[in-house]
Amino acid sequence: MQIKHLFKTSYMGLRTNMVRSLLTILGIVIGISAIILIFSLGKGAENLIMGELSGMGTDTIVIRPGQQPKGLSDITDALFLDSLTTEDVEALKRKSNVPYLAEIAPAVMVPGTASYRGETFKATNFGWSAELMVKMFGAELESGVLFDDIDIKNKASVAVIGSKVKEELFGNEENVIGKNIKIKGRNFRVIGVMSSRGQVSSFNVDEIIVIPYSTAQVYLLGINHYHEIILKATSAEFVNQTVQDIKDTLRERHDITDITKDDFFVVTPEGMLDQISTILDALTLFLSAVVGISLVVGGVGVMNIMLVSVTERTKEIGLRKAIGATNKDVMVQFLFEAIILTITGGIVGVLLGAGLATLITFGLNLAGYTWSFSFPLGAAILGLVFSIAIGLIFGIYPARKASQKSPIEALKR
Amino acid sequence: MQPLISVKDLEKTFYDSEIPTQALRGVTFDIQKGEFVAIMGASGSGKSTLLHMIGFLDQYTKGEYFFDGENIANFDDDEIAHIRNKKIGFVFQSFNLLSGTSVLENVKLPLVYSDVPEKQWNDLATKAIEAVGLSHRIGNDAQRLSVGEKQRVSIARALVNDPDVIFADEPTGNLDSKSGGQVMDIIKRLSHKGKTVVLITHETHTAEYAQRIIRILDGKIFSDEKVAHVREEGEFIK
Repeated sequence: MQIKHLFKTSYMGLRTNMVRSLLTILGIVIGISAIILIFSLGKGAENLIMGELSGMGTDTIVIRPGQQPKGLSDITDALFLDSLTTEDVEALKRKSNVPYLAEIAPAVMVPGTASYRGETFKATNFGWSAELMVKMFGAELESGVLFDDIDIKNKASVAVIGSKVKEELFGNEENVIGKNIKIKGRNFRVIGVMSSRGQVSSFNVDEIIVIPYSTAQVYLLGINHYHEIILKATSAEFVNQTVQDIKDTLRERHDITDITKDDFFVVTPEGMLDQISTILDALTLFLSAVVGISLVVGGVGVMNIMLVSVTERTKEIGLRKAIGATNKDVMVQFLFEAIILTITGGIVGVLLGAGLATLITFGLNLAGYTWSFSFPLGAAILGLVFSIAIGLIFGIYPARKASQKSPIEALKR
Repeated sequence: MQPLISVKDLEKTFYDSEIPTQALRGVTFDIQKGEFVAIMGASGSGKSTLLHMIGFLDQYTKGEYFFDGENIANFDDDEIAHIRNKKIGFVFQSFNLLSGTSVLENVKLPLVYSDVPEKQWNDLATKAIEAVGLSHRIGNDAQRLSVGEKQRVSIARALVNDPDVIFADEPTGNLDSKSGGQVMDIIKRLSHKGKTVVLITHETHTAEYAQRIIRILDGKIFSDEKVAHVREEGEFIK
């Protein structure tokens, strides 16, 4: 039988039970659209994260105390580790230790709110270098000045604030330079206000207050270690070299011979990206496996309905054989019907998945994320191949059963 | 002359949960080309089983069957499918038309499994439909026709591949006497045109269209006689 007639015959067979055929492919539709959705959103998330990380600059390196965190508790514990000190920063500044170092500034986090005359705001308080922050986040001053190394050395009580902080604390007041805000009960004089910058990496720059790290250490936290040391290499190509130099310098200073006992770890945007990609890939794979199970369930549904169909159409099969259809003709016909079912499910699934991903993209963009839609062509092709394979695998048994029916069935009254 | 159908000591035993039932107990006869033969018998006599055997729908247990001079024991499944398609046409009591499908499509169905080139299909099917007088119904849904018309569609389908023999299994069984008469007239006409016809029936007035009646009783031939007064077209009930 020619392929054209196979199509026609299969269509006729499926049309007789349109609703049933549609319900049967629902499992396949859901499975395949889930695959498309997972891959599309996974790619979108990767693009988003990549965009945010590169916003911080690919030449940025962050040193944190303790070991590479493996869970949430490791991250909070790191706030109490005191392995990064002023002496470390001094050692890293030396050209003979880290030749490709462009900038370096330690940082501490100050939890708590800032207030001004009864108005309070839960800002992100950094004890850091204002100059490095502006560089790293690509922020600009709207008014005033940044504090400098002398202010840091003198432990000056000055602050540079983000636009949202200004709005929340001062409302409509125009000139806020020189006014005092309170952080942890201590007055800080506002010397600079940044223009709006929005989200960069995991920080909202507009919600940041930066004060000299030395002031934060001594007057607000009472510690003499740092939570982070942030560096910039002279260019992105020296990042790996610089990371190695940092590790060598700190290990020597901390007397570490066994590298598994490091009391610090170094984070680069690229390294973070790798890590996130690994997590996303694992997640995608896991979800795909779940979807794979749903596709198998869908396939069993197709097999079930094909078996019912073969039983119902015993007379038709008998007739076809009585007028000259071979076993192979009948088998191919039913196999074809199963494949038409599953591939229809596959195509609808791909379209539905892509449609949903577009909708979600639209929604996320409305919500302010720069999320790009990407059609996972590979997953779409894989999905279609998969749906054909399901039709073949789960259609073969019913088709064989059909082909073994006797032509006498047509004569039964 | 070599007979078209020749069976020798044909036996068929069914096994229903290992208990054997002998449906045919050794049947021997010849049917010549162009002959019109009726096979009669009560239900359970074995006449349907006999039709299945000689119509290539089922396999016999013992004996020999020569079709057009060839022992069909030598044919494999595909060759038998080819014979069903090319050399025989079946007319069923319950028509067996495909639902939701036009008269033309139903009649074309055997051509789908044949080696006839597709461009001839419409012509052949149209001619077969003409032969049963249903040209005005060619595009209609076969399922919506009257029972008489349905049986005529089924005859057209049996004719479309220009077979050597037509097997009609109680073709008037589901019809009223008027449409039964029309159907028998068509079959009679085919016989006149030289087609071999094997008709299964339990009605004497239908069987008498044939030139010869083979009566089956308990799986054996009870009688095999020429019909004295053969009915002609328009003589369904005298």
